[in-house]
Amino acid sequence: MSSSAPAPVPAARPDFIEVDKFSFHYGEKQAIFDIDMKIPEHQVTALIGPSGCGKSTLLRNLNRMNDLIEGVHHQGDIRIAGRSLYDPTVEVISLRKRVGMVFQKYNPFAKTIYENVIFSLRVAGRSKKSELDATVEWALRSAALWEEVKDRLHDSAFSLSGGQQQRLCIARAIANQPEILLMDEPCAALDPLATLKIEDLMLTLKEQFTIVIVTHNMEQATRCSDRTAFLYMGKLVEYGETMQIFERPAKQQTEEYISGRFS
Amino acid sequence: MSPDPPSSAFSTTGRCRKGEPWVWLTAAGLAIGIVMALGLFLLILVKGTESFWPHRIDLMEVVQGDRIEKIAGFVTQESQRKETDGTVHEEIQVFRGNKDLNGESFKYIDRAAIKATTRPESILLIERLEYGLAIVFPVALETPGGRLEASSGEFEPALEKLLEQGETARKKLLVIERKKIGAISLELEALGRAEKADSVAPDVAKARRAELQTSFDQLQAEAVAIRGKLAESSFMGTAADGTEVTYPAGNLLHVFASNRVGFVGRVGETLHRMWNFLSEDPREANTEGGVFPAIFGTVVMTLVMSLFVTPFGVIAAIYLREYAKQGIFVRMVRISVNNLAGVPSIVFGVFGLAFFVYTVGAGVDQWLFADKLPTPTYGTPGIFWASLTLALLTLPVVIVATEEALSAVPRGVREAALACGASKWQAIQRVVLPASLPGILTGVILAMARGAGEVAPLMLVGVVKLAPSLPIDDIAPFIHPERKFMHLGFHIYDLGFQSPDAEAAKPIVYATALLLILVVVSLNLTAILIRNRLKKRFAVSSF
Repeated sequence: MSSSAPAPVPAARPDFIEVDKFSFHYGEKQAIFDIDMKIPEHQVTALIGPSGCGKSTLLRNLNRMNDLIEGVHHQGDIRIAGRSLYDPTVEVISLRKRVGMVFQKYNPFAKTIYENVIFSLRVAGRSKKSELDATVEWALRSAALWEEVKDRLHDSAFSLSGGQQQRLCIARAIANQPEILLMDEPCAALDPLATLKIEDLMLTLKEQFTIVIVTHNMEQATRCSDRTAFLYMGKLVEYGETMQIFERPAKQQTEEYISGRFS
Repeated sequence: MSPDPPSSAFSTTGRCRKGEPWVWLTAAGLAIGIVMALGLFLLILVKGTESFWPHRIDLMEVVQGDRIEKIAGFVTQESQRKETDGTVHEEIQVFRGNKDLNGESFKYIDRAAIKATTRPESILLIERLEYGLAIVFPVALETPGGRLEASSGEFEPALEKLLEQGETARKKLLVIERKKIGAISLELEALGRAEKADSVAPDVAKARRAELQTSFDQLQAEAVAIRGKLAESSFMGTAADGTEVTYPAGNLLHVFASNRVGFVGRVGETLHRMWNFLSEDPREANTEGGVFPAIFGTVVMTLVMSLFVTPFGVIAAIYLREYAKQGIFVRMVRISVNNLAGVPSIVFGVFGLAFFVYTVGAGVDQWLFADKLPTPTYGTPGIFWASLTLALLTLPVVIVATEEALSAVPRGVREAALACGASKWQAIQRVVLPASLPGILTGVILAMARGAGEVAPLMLVGVVKLAPSLPIDDIAPFIHPERKFMHLGFHIYDLGFQSPDAEAAKPIVYATALLLILVVVSLNLTAILIRNRLKKRFAVSSF
């Protein structure tokens, strides 16, 4: 598409993200208990489970977003490509540049569409006009938004519809070429049509990025994820190929949850 | 027969539905507030504009014991006076001007004592440089070219011409006396200091001094000549009681035939008076002339204050809200900041005097203006210190408003910025601050309103009754932050309560109050316009 697209990565690493005996506490309250899982590269991994099961907490630990909350602490480790996130020499900012994030509630900045997309480049101090222009086009094309907004890049981001705003947020998250894209219920605030667009998008994006998505929507998990992890009460109950989890769940709890017997 | 209509399942009638009294109560609270504010504003508006309206002049024949006194003037107030024996007198207060003849501009007259009232067409209302307004019948003009009787057709054009000549001459005098002679004395002063410091050879200094003295003498002679020309012609008239008066033409500012001019002319006269009020310097212990220096001082002081309070308040609030570890200490700081808003403003004045003027100002003098000591430059009250003192006074308003605005920025927006790899400061600077700018500006607007209306602390740190020069003018270095200044709020206090002729000053007090309100409103409107433009640019998602 554009010159700034990344070079094809050699082979997908099966243990790209390693969650290693990871526990997490909000002050006194433990939210995650001793989770072990390996997330493969260039796949969509879905985290499912009832509200409060710790799936969002786990996701937000992958870019250390939870550090912002006071009184949190953890045990165990998370590694991306073999490098610990909690290594004291790791700079959180550089980590977040490698791990993009899309939130449940679309949250574009009060800036133009153009400035929204290149925000991560601006904060990284890059300001070459040609590079910014190329990035905007590439990111918006990747987020399937280019055709809709190419004539009004300098309008306010709030002039877009909800689904467009969320895709703009995706473009913003991928503009700096992260390796991993975290999505925290990206379709929760969208209508079915916009949801479908985002799901289609995930299938193309996974060729470039490793995607981890939190979702409440079982159909969504089956439609667009390769692997699914079911969490319950902060513990990883079952983790495997999406087909296997939904068709032949090994655990009773998983079956009850996906068949809607509890939520 | 049709059955009765089914009764509604909901109760829809009843005088007092649940909760209704509370609606009325809150509405009443608002109504009382609006009535009070509007009443105050209307009073000031009516009284303030009325004072510019040229009244018709009545010539009254008043019985005074066994003789009849003629008084010309207009009624300014009517009242009833109860004697100890129970009889009630209707009394009127009449403005009759001619302070030089009567000692006072106002006279109280018992209405019953007035025998006859007429409105003679020829009577004139004359504005003078001294002694306020005069109300006289014209008799003649004495000019070098000869005497011109008031009955002649050339009288009025000649008078107009004299007034014009007087105005140009006074302007010339101002340039000569204030600017040129002022510049010479400034140079003489500097020369004296240089001599003391031995930085100039004595003979050079002597030569320069002689040069300056010659040009000073020349200017002086010029001024004397102009003054002489102004005194050449004179206006002669008679007061209502027949006293003959003679005014040098140079003392006359404006002549208005109040009883002869129609409605349009009087509207024109009103506008003329308003313009003079806005644009002129005060005269005669501030009871005459305009209030321009006070308007200028108020606006400059308020703007300089906002310039200081905004960055300090915003920076403090950012630290308190975004960086400081929320705990007992920060909570105590916050409570202290809020309490600061409740400290009596005069305390800030005392602090400003002690700290800014006597400590910082004296230090600045030692450091930068040591050659002028013992005459203080910054070690004395001035507009800069007044602005800083008011900035301190209004700081809590800006801090509280900024903190509110920062905390109103949705968490999602902050997280999005951080997730893009922004540092905390980058997130604040590029996303949080722009989004909270409208709220911050609201705080600045409130601070400006509070600061512009504050008087008490200013009396200690820089406001004066009459400032000879403006804090910004055309004499290098153009901006004089050390100068004392005039302020509309203080002007109101000074005229209303410190003036030798409080009655004469009353209309000006109303007009000044109206003006102060207008100045504050227009400063605020400007800020609101800016805020609304920013709101459009930085509107936060409505989701």
